[in-house]
Amino acid sequence: MLLAVFSDIHGNRQAFEACLKLARAKGAERFVLLGDFVGYGADPEWVVDTVMGLVREGAIAVRGNHDEAVNTTTEAMNAEAQIAIEWTRGRLDVAQRRFLAELPMLVDEKERLYVHSEASSPQRWHYVRSTADAAKSLISTPAHVTFCGHIHRPALYSMSVTAKMTSLVPKTDVSVPLLRGRQWLVVLGSVGQPRDGDPSAAFVLFDTVSCQITYCRAPYDIASAANKIRENGLPPWLADRLLQGR
Amino acid sequence: MPQPLVKSGAEIDGYTIGECVHAGGMATLWTVTHPGIDVPLLMKIPRVSEGEDPAAIVSFEMEMMILPRLAGPHVPSCFGTGDFAHQAYAVIERIPGTTLYKRLPDLPLPYEEARQLVAKIAAALADLHRQNVIHHDIKPSSIMFRDSGEAVLIDYGLSHHNHLPDLLQEEFRLPYGTAPYMAPERLLGVRDDPRSDLFSLGVLLYFFTTGERPFGEGETLRAMRRRLWRDPHPPRELRADYPPWLQEVVLRCLAIEPVWRYPTASQLAFDLAHPEQVKLTARSERLKRDPLSVAWRRRFNLGVMAPRAKSDVAAQIASSPILAVALDTVEGAGELNEALRVTTERILATLPSARLACVNVLKLNRIAIDRRLDEQGSNKHIDRLVALRHWATPLKLDESRLSVHVLEAVDPAAALLEFAEVNQVDHVIIGARQSSFRRTLLGSVSAKVASEAACTVTVVRPPRMASAKPDAGVVWG
Repeated sequence: MLLAVFSDIHGNRQAFEACLKLARAKGAERFVLLGDFVGYGADPEWVVDTVMGLVREGAIAVRGNHDEAVNTTTEAMNAEAQIAIEWTRGRLDVAQRRFLAELPMLVDEKERLYVHSEASSPQRWHYVRSTADAAKSLISTPAHVTFCGHIHRPALYSMSVTAKMTSLVPKTDVSVPLLRGRQWLVVLGSVGQPRDGDPSAAFVLFDTVSCQITYCRAPYDIASAANKIRENGLPPWLADRLLQGR
Repeated sequence: MPQPLVKSGAEIDGYTIGECVHAGGMATLWTVTHPGIDVPLLMKIPRVSEGEDPAAIVSFEMEMMILPRLAGPHVPSCFGTGDFAHQAYAVIERIPGTTLYKRLPDLPLPYEEARQLVAKIAAALADLHRQNVIHHDIKPSSIMFRDSGEAVLIDYGLSHHNHLPDLLQEEFRLPYGTAPYMAPERLLGVRDDPRSDLFSLGVLLYFFTTGERPFGEGETLRAMRRRLWRDPHPPRELRADYPPWLQEVVLRCLAIEPVWRYPTASQLAFDLAHPEQVKLTARSERLKRDPLSVAWRRRFNLGVMAPRAKSDVAAQIASSPILAVALDTVEGAGELNEALRVTTERILATLPSARLACVNVLKLNRIAIDRRLDEQGSNKHIDRLVALRHWATPLKLDESRLSVHVLEAVDPAAALLEFAEVNQVDHVIIGARQSSFRRTLLGSVSAKVASEAACTVTVVRPPRMASAKPDAGVVWG
């Protein structure tokens, strides 16, 4: 079965639509959503409604720190994220906010584990910045493949049975076999706010039979997404960074 | 992890096991058959039981990732793999014959034979590097030859694929590989530079032409580290008749710093195919190693070696292409040749490691007997070589980046296409002949080259004159 995994959509309707369309065209049969559905972008209602619809149809979704912040405090966030979350809070209705509040921190399917930040202490929202961070997450779970996002930059780590690590900056559209006999951490780029220098929307496809992972990019109408952020009076940097992919 | 239970007659995933043809330290090799596959097959099974070298598993994992994505005549075709969850194996095409290792008793080989042999290996390496793979274990026992002549590179257990995780990146504290052939930068942990393979091939060329290994057989880290500062004895010190051009090529491959070696395997293959055009430098005549004072300076400056930027196999190859410019030397081609020079200059300006081959075709008659001398009695072939060099002079290219070639052929387009194919040319620059009765009658050389070449082709025309008729549709070459 071909899984399409998305992370950090951040209220960016244009980017998410483009990713869904491309993933379906490539034959994706099941969707996994790794959280941070809201914050930064100007279409939180549409994104949450779409995610709720996908979950009703069997998709897996986990909670991100921005989803949590909608229902709690925003003290730990930077000024722009805080402004965006407060704006978002006012846009979502009770059902949408309850959906976000009830999302699980992680979903464990034995072979595969899905989490927003990393697996060792998901509620602390640590970033995976290095092989050491990746090792910490991989040691905490027996899963063959862990999927996470949060850092908005794609990466692929593996750990052998003797705890030797490898790291790779994956190349778009090149499939990599996730060999059995070692554990893998698939770090996704962001759908709605890429920060790796490529402004196109990022997601991955995973073939559960052949265990091949493919990092994909979907070009989308960035100008419209950026304009909508400006029109709604959100911090202009949130619009500018979409164009730069930073 | 299940133990391998492999014996003759057993069946694994539809493959029937035949006989064991090799039992090495890392893996065993078995002949296998499969209904529907009619080429001879080998199944490679890693040694994974208790007490075996853990390297066997990691290098087998690396091969399982790399083999299925390789293609072409220079690699064994891969038909299937099985993972460690059940029975780890890889089924590959069985290449008939033996590896180059069997030739060791014949060393040193005649220079001409070694030249042809290593040129074929360089072509195979160029093909592998184009597929984003660095072999990292080039040595006689990793090289075979097809009946059709192409070199085949086998054993990818230590290889690096630029688009895949490098499982060997952290696996071993010490560099892993075959000591006499290992490039110096490998001792510093560098695994992403394709020029490491050119160093190993240089060791092989040195060994095959002198009978001696340039850095000995020492396997200790201390012995291996000497190559970071100590240069090998020049081959001419060992064999007085060693051709200077060959010494030039060998020592360039064995340069300590990768940037001093050939930038690509294709460029090495090019020099081996055209020994008379190898630019000879002081090292081609050397009879002694660097004085100890120089070697010791290198040794004690090791720590200050500049940190390397991460290299990208594809980018490295793309920045060092072989360009071929096809030139007409006849009267009246001046304007077009000037336009060709402007275009060539622009392309070279962006590619500091590119090399340029200037090519002219001396058209032979189909029926009449050709005369080598023209009406004035001078040699046409030599005249044209001179004209080609003259054309290239304003480009101010270093001699090692420039070569000139006059091809004698009945069909100029076919000759240019063959030249591009044999020399692994990446980009052909060719002029379009202006509309003429002759072109209409004979067809256009540039059109044929542009449509049939396997590489990029740029068709150049002189700048449009104000008076030229705007019938561009007719003018195209």
